[in-house]
Amino acid sequence: MTPPAVEARALTRRFGAFTAVDAITFDVAPGEVFGFLGANGAGKTTAMRMLTGLLAPTSGGARVAGFDVARAADQVKRSIGYMSQRFSLYEDLTVRENVGLYGRVYGLRGREIADRLARLLDRLGFAHLAGERVGRLPLGWKQKLALSVALLHEPRVVFLDEPTGGVDPVTRRQFWELIYEAAAGGTTVFVTTHYMDEAEYCDRVSIMVDGRIAALGTPAELTARFDVASMDELFVRLARPGPGAA
Amino acid sequence: MSAPASAGPRAPVGDAPVVAARGLGVRFGRAAALDGVSFEVRPGELFGVIGPDGAGKTTLFRVLVSLLVPDTGESRVLGLDPVGDLWALRARVGYMPGRFSLYPDLTVEENLRFFAAVFGTTPERGGALIAPVYGQIAAFRDRRAGALSGGMKQKLALSCALVHRPEVLFLDEPTTGVDAVSRREFWDLLGELRGAGLTTMVSTPYMDEAARCDRVALMQGGRLLEVDTPAAVAAGYPLPLIAVRVADPRARVRLLATLRAYPHAHRVVPFGATVHYTDARPGGDAAAIADALAAHLRAAGFAGATAAPTPASVEDRFMALMGPEGA
Repeated sequence: MTPPAVEARALTRRFGAFTAVDAITFDVAPGEVFGFLGANGAGKTTAMRMLTGLLAPTSGGARVAGFDVARAADQVKRSIGYMSQRFSLYEDLTVRENVGLYGRVYGLRGREIADRLARLLDRLGFAHLAGERVGRLPLGWKQKLALSVALLHEPRVVFLDEPTGGVDPVTRRQFWELIYEAAAGGTTVFVTTHYMDEAEYCDRVSIMVDGRIAALGTPAELTARFDVASMDELFVRLARPGPGAA
Repeated sequence: MSAPASAGPRAPVGDAPVVAARGLGVRFGRAAALDGVSFEVRPGELFGVIGPDGAGKTTLFRVLVSLLVPDTGESRVLGLDPVGDLWALRARVGYMPGRFSLYPDLTVEENLRFFAAVFGTTPERGGALIAPVYGQIAAFRDRRAGALSGGMKQKLALSCALVHRPEVLFLDEPTTGVDAVSRREFWDLLGELRGAGLTTMVSTPYMDEAARCDRVALMQGGRLLEVDTPAAVAAGYPLPLIAVRVADPRARVRLLATLRAYPHAHRVVPFGATVHYTDARPGGDAAAIADALAAHLRAAGFAGATAAPTPASVEDRFMALMGPEGA
């Protein structure tokens, strides 16, 4: 049995009297595309920060890529990739320079970096853009590049936080095809999104409400269990935040 | 759509367009942010500008609310020229910029009073129009704006944009980054304002929100690809469209490859729980194409594959209009 790529056990984080994440427990399998959904303020970001070793749990715990997020946060960080719409690449550096920088940050050797850069440029059809400053690329291209860079060190788990926000519909789908490829190669993909059609693209999804996991399963299981036509309908039914949600 | 009983906005009289743009062009260096943009918004319309980041939505809004002078073309808002009549115009339009633009250290109520004072009025005098919006956040009137949830911040920003009883409202990406539930609530509010007769122009990157508008402009690369009702935009999809499902979602990568290799495939994209297959034969019998496709897939080893004609959505049409540029 391969151990799970992500295991959360009663993972909890309190800020003063407020419980942002309330004893959530779940596993994510290697190579799985796992959608982590919830309304703004439901606790997704806090949970992600704990799973990526950036924030210590108040109680409970989690293992990511086999490492304890509280006791081995550095190993966790080395074993994962991360991208979001807000944090991705250095706009003033070229494509080649960004790849080189992240490659060295993750301890790749010069030869490995060169090989992976060539593969990445070929896969994205970016060969003519290696010397282009990232800031000059269209948003959708940037996001595809950012995902490829987050996968550069072949992490066991990649965390994607609203990676497709504002991206055009064609590029958004190309981005998801890159996600499928990564998953088919064994990388676990942990992704948040506000596009409910993207929830349907995940192998399994969880929906967080007020710090807890209110639903977890494949999109087909969940729509059947809750007798709804789509993930959008399910989300609206479950995720309506309380009036005091902050 | 239910109209509130109380007085609505100071509605413009007659059928003259509330917003009219002809050939608007804006360049930033060598890049065209707006390129020959022409359209009209009619009185009482909820008009959506739908497009991804970088399409030019914010530039268009900034021109119309007099914050940016276009390089070419001209526009009229309420019959006034945003370039020449900007001071007369500003008092009569409500504008909610895309970035959160309230004072985070002021309370909800202080923000509202501040924006009212700027326009020489009070929240009480803006009452009828802002009531349905402000009513949803009034319980938090003493909370600092910076401590509100994303959805509530948007409602406060909308209240502040309405407080001087504008005749036309410009909302630039009010729902970007907001979760699906809060987005739905926000559009419900816009529906109420529409019922009260307010003309509203709103931009969004979420294609599914097009359905909430009377008419939409699809925007990409500084140009308008299409302007029409959402139904007409979707109905303009030029080729047979088939929704394909397979029993095992994990077969999706192989399914996409198989469909793309099909001799008549024009475009194959993941679409929610299905894959949308566009056939290259214009005017082809969609039902017959779907049957042949399903048989082909089952023969290729996709047990339980189904294929059925499906009406195109605004998003399908947008992808078709984008052309090879986005593909």
